[in-house]
Amino acid sequence: MTECTECGGDVDLHDDVEVGEIVDCATCGAELEVVGDDPVELDTAPELEEDWGE
Amino acid sequence: MNVGVLYSRIRRDEKLLLRELRDRGHDVTKVDVRKECFGVHGPPAALEDVDILVDRCLATSRSRYVTRFVEAYDVPVVNEPETAAVCADKAHNSLALAEAGIPTPATEVAFTKESAMESIEGFGYPCVLKPVVGSWGRLMAKIDSRSAAEAILEHKETLGHYEHKVFYIQEFVEKPGRDIRVVATDGEPVAAMARSSEHWLTNAAQGAETEELEVTPAMAELVERASEAVGGGLLGIDLMEVGGADSREYTVHEVNHTVEFKALDEVTDADVPGAVVDWLEARAGVEVTA
Repeated sequence: MTECTECGGDVDLHDDVEVGEIVDCATCGAELEVVGDDPVELDTAPELEEDWGE
Repeated sequence: MNVGVLYSRIRRDEKLLLRELRDRGHDVTKVDVRKECFGVHGPPAALEDVDILVDRCLATSRSRYVTRFVEAYDVPVVNEPETAAVCADKAHNSLALAEAGIPTPATEVAFTKESAMESIEGFGYPCVLKPVVGSWGRLMAKIDSRSAAEAILEHKETLGHYEHKVFYIQEFVEKPGRDIRVVATDGEPVAAMARSSEHWLTNAAQGAETEELEVTPAMAELVERASEAVGGGLLGIDLMEVGGADSREYTVHEVNHTVEFKALDEVTDADVPGAVVDWLEARAGVEVTA
């Protein structure tokens, strides 16, 4: 369990969480980026940019 | 082998890939391209031990530049920068397909509102206006009338970025409520899915329903040729059926070079990440011993 950087709510994470992965805060809906995995650290995810995609 | 994964966001696709690589005992070096600097005289330390790099950059601009730098460092990279350059831009993509004689929708590029309007009127209504760089069906416009065209062109011209003044205009293809995505490695299909929607956009990212689809010989032939036309690699080739779902006639509208495969993996019996890593292993074997 880690704290949401936006609302302070608890964020439940899977065991196989990866640095660079985006998770949603179930409390406030914010998109959060996993920036560290030992221990897990979250930060607000970057906003969508025009050239993102496949 | 040590597989470097160039990324800025780990999507479910990358997680599938990372898991498959680790399960097979490969070392994985994750390279967050946002944290690196790429010099013209030598690679950043993060790339020192990798045998092969897989470009999984979410941002097309980063993908194009980083693969070019990596090529200069003589580090094998998939997909190659030439492929990224062609696939990243819809105009280049369409040109490559047309030059190879592959059926692809009629397309024109214009650089002013006036010439774009002329092109749109030439196609008639509806026709389609797309950004030259972009994905997931964003900023795509199906133009139904002259007044809609005028408004959309004015909006695009004021969006700011110069790329929005490259007007990419395409015929509207009447498809049977679906299009087809084939994931292929160097032209060899891994699996295919149909993406269906009542909306004219049928991107999985736009919420289209997906189901596995058998790759017909005609599809396979087009996939092989389209892959070759853009330089090969791990690709997502998008086709539309022309003349109905049973016609077995297709037009190829796009080839994607940092293909997302999670949606396909969910609907197919094929092991998509497994096939991708099989291909990577073969590719790395060739590159490392070359």
